[in-house]
Amino acid sequence: MENLKKNFFSILFKKSEDKLRELDTSQPSFFVDLNLDQVIDTITIGKKEYNLKPFFYIHLNDIETIIYRQEIFKELENIALFESIKSFARSINTMRDYISKGEKLYYKLQKERYFLEAVEIYCNAVTSLFNFLSSFEIKSLGLLNFKKYLIEYVNSDIFISLKEETKKLIADLNSIKYCIHIKGNTVKVRKYENEPDYSVEVEATFEKFKQGAVKDYLVKFTSPVDMNHVEARILELVAQLYSDIFSNIDNYCIKNKNFFDETISTFDREIQFYITYIEYMNIFKNSGLNFCYPIISNETKEIYNYDGFDLALAYKLLNENSKIVCNDFYLKDKERIFIVSGPNQGGKTTFARMFGQLHYLATLGCPVTGKSAQLYLFDKLFTHFEKEENIKNLHGKLQDDLISIYNILSEATSNSIIILNEIFNSTTLKDAIFLGKKIIQKIIDLDLICVYVTFIDELVSLSEKIVSMVSNVDPNNTALRTYKILRKPAGGLAYAISIAQKYKLTYEDLKERIKS
Amino acid sequence: MKAYLMYKNHDFDIEQELPKNEAELIQDLELNTLFNAMANNDKFLFDVAKKAILTGLKNDIDTILYRQEILKDCLNNPLVIKEIYDLAVEAIEREKKVYFGFLSRYPDVILSRSIEVLQLFLEMLKKLREIALENLNKFQSDGFKTFFNMLKQELSDDYFLIIQNHLKQLKFNNGVLISAELGEANKGVNYVLRKQVKKNTGWVKNLFSAKSPSYTFYISDRDESGARALSELRDRGINLVANALAQSTDHILSFFNMIRIELAFYIGCLNLFNVLTEINEPLSFPVPVPINERKHSFKELYDVCLALTMKQKIVGNDLDADGKELFIITGANQGGKSTFLRSIGLSQLMMQCGMFVPAQYFSSNICDNLFTHYKRKEDFTMKSGKLDEELSRMSNIIDNITTNSIILFNESFAATNEREGSEIARQIISALLEKHIKIFFVTHLYEFASSFYNKNLENAIFLRAKRQQDGSRTFKLVEAEPLQTSYGEDLYKSIFNEKY
Repeated sequence: MENLKKNFFSILFKKSEDKLRELDTSQPSFFVDLNLDQVIDTITIGKKEYNLKPFFYIHLNDIETIIYRQEIFKELENIALFESIKSFARSINTMRDYISKGEKLYYKLQKERYFLEAVEIYCNAVTSLFNFLSSFEIKSLGLLNFKKYLIEYVNSDIFISLKEETKKLIADLNSIKYCIHIKGNTVKVRKYENEPDYSVEVEATFEKFKQGAVKDYLVKFTSPVDMNHVEARILELVAQLYSDIFSNIDNYCIKNKNFFDETISTFDREIQFYITYIEYMNIFKNSGLNFCYPIISNETKEIYNYDGFDLALAYKLLNENSKIVCNDFYLKDKERIFIVSGPNQGGKTTFARMFGQLHYLATLGCPVTGKSAQLYLFDKLFTHFEKEENIKNLHGKLQDDLISIYNILSEATSNSIIILNEIFNSTTLKDAIFLGKKIIQKIIDLDLICVYVTFIDELVSLSEKIVSMVSNVDPNNTALRTYKILRKPAGGLAYAISIAQKYKLTYEDLKERIKS
Repeated sequence: MKAYLMYKNHDFDIEQELPKNEAELIQDLELNTLFNAMANNDKFLFDVAKKAILTGLKNDIDTILYRQEILKDCLNNPLVIKEIYDLAVEAIEREKKVYFGFLSRYPDVILSRSIEVLQLFLEMLKKLREIALENLNKFQSDGFKTFFNMLKQELSDDYFLIIQNHLKQLKFNNGVLISAELGEANKGVNYVLRKQVKKNTGWVKNLFSAKSPSYTFYISDRDESGARALSELRDRGINLVANALAQSTDHILSFFNMIRIELAFYIGCLNLFNVLTEINEPLSFPVPVPINERKHSFKELYDVCLALTMKQKIVGNDLDADGKELFIITGANQGGKSTFLRSIGLSQLMMQCGMFVPAQYFSSNICDNLFTHYKRKEDFTMKSGKLDEELSRMSNIIDNITTNSIILFNESFAATNEREGSEIARQIISALLEKHIKIFFVTHLYEFASSFYNKNLENAIFLRAKRQQDGSRTFKLVEAEPLQTSYGEDLYKSIFNEKY
């Protein structure tokens, strides 16, 4: 088994050094700008016990591991497999719950029972996962290695004897039936000797009057699992009546203290990365939105994505039953930079966030939004979004902005991605144009992939590397934004044309309407 | 144990749904007058009478005759019936007063309440049995014979003794014996109260015989939390038996309730009987004929509600109309047409729920639905015109009508001019007639009435409110062809006090 452990590190990491990075992670700086903090919060909600966030903070710069994870994600699309692993995870969770319940109790005889139950749940969980995987043809390397480990473990003497002993002791406990006789303040305890059920007799006596359903008078007793001293005393006496069973249990508990296998335990935690993400995706898929496995490359900067969306916003909109707008983009040949302009509140920032989310999640090995995608394996991701709270000190703000951008540009390599959102909004137009041009030029020189959200149309024509994307309004109602970001020339014309369309006064319209 | 005084083999369901056109029937036939007479200011009697009469259309002929026989027994032994009814009411009322602990969270309290109620019921059941034994021979109907014999057999002295024994046992003078198993965290579960088995030799068996080891401990007098814990344990032990006993008392209660409900119908009939015989109105048990036959024959049929309102004997009508399906009634205003129509509806309902009918003689085929389509005075909704409203009601009826229905029209489709109204009526009635639905149609629509008269239909009969030469009305209907004019002029003169 030791041998196996060396072959199999983790269902998440292909390389042991990546696994170790978990100990030293924190939320990446761009998370807040991209609303990835919200995304990860939603994904991991209700799963605090697994401490999953660090897994989402480790950026993989390694196509092999990304594919390792993508394969596992693909394999888990099989519903039977997915449900089987989920049910395993739920059982392990229940097991933990039982152990912690036991730890909180005072009386040893109670603790021991919880421990026994916990081990039983564990054995059953491992066995049913094993049974399922035995007859399931695994394709992904990660799950295949896990299956190999599991087969060896389930057939090991340690596991077999643990399982059998547990089963027997629980059966022994369940077979115990005792009688308590209470008269005044005297309590006698002894084994049950087939005395008849008195309430059955009472019921039978009045059976003849039965007319139909009547009220239930059973009192629901709710009492904590811990015992009062009378119950504890009775339990002690029961233990004396059945001393052989209870002494076996004592020995068992000492012997099996560390029953939880370490590799299984690691798997239980790490597989949650996939489970939570898949369940998160399903929220959107159920509303007709698409996810895909992106092609990841660090060789070409040609990228594309069709029908992608901002996860954080979409999650919010789904809860409000609002419509979600998807967007497309692509970069071909020498194209590197999206300059996004157009009406305010038209989805420009959302587009920028979507772009960042797509790339980051793709490098985690996760499926991303959209029908299909090819994305770039970046070395570093930088964002700079306009912060609104600094209005008081415009000079200071501009200075801060420039310092940040300077830092970004000096750290960035041609393999990085930079996302800039509405910087220089609060300075004069002349300054903004000047600064914008300067910065764009530096980005052009770096030959890196960039999204630049701005109101400055002039930047668009600076280079063939630049693609102009424009937010749009509804042609029939110019006040209604479509949140569609389309590839088209920047400038005010789009607005005028949409008004013309509303009144069917475009060239095309007029050609139709004016008949010969 | 069942009362079975309404049906031979099932209970009368007081919760059952009334026909969808309940409100129309009550309004058009003035049923509340009838219910009130039966209720004699008792709301419970009112409710039962209403249920029984309005759901009577579901009864088959056997059920009708079964009830007729029981009702005859009641008319012959009114005091015995009243005594049983009062006994049931007393049991129910006294049970209500033992309210303490009704919603208790303590099995002990539930148990002692149930014991008290059971003791009360025991007394009532014994009385009930006495009445049954005394009167067994005075009753002729299947229903009462079965009922009394059941009481005699089921409530034997031995049975009462068994109950007494339980009541004694449940005082737990020998302590409680509870079995349990180990549940979550080894806490006791499945607490079941066990019977402490008696030995032949003495009273209580030596509970802890030498064979099986037992351990004993005591809760000291100062250990208050221990005493509480022990009493909770005891409560858990008696939980099931307390529930069983409480449910048993509920069952006995519902037995008394059933007796009360089923007798309430007959008490209502007795009340009505008394009022009507006082004003010398004739009553008779009707002869129901199968649903697929067409029969309507009667002598001195009167509108029971009018009689109850007038508090005097009123004019009845005779008719021999077997094989007829269409009854068109024309004639003078205030000539007794509406009264006649109502008497048709009321007698049908009364017959089908097993009552006597307001006539010297009455026989008709039973029906499975009774509809009324009466002219409404106002359209309160303001949404649709009067004719719209009428046709919409007609459409609702058509949604629910069956071949073996009876439908009563009172001046329907008069909200438009006569020609249009007649045409609408003609089309509707022709369709209904083809389905052999029995139709009573009071109308001023001469065109409509005469068009059917001229067809010389075998299955149609034409009745007219008779007018005396002096212009006063006899309120008697006679068979006669429709007349072009009705007697509005008379009415005008009578109201305006103008002489000829």
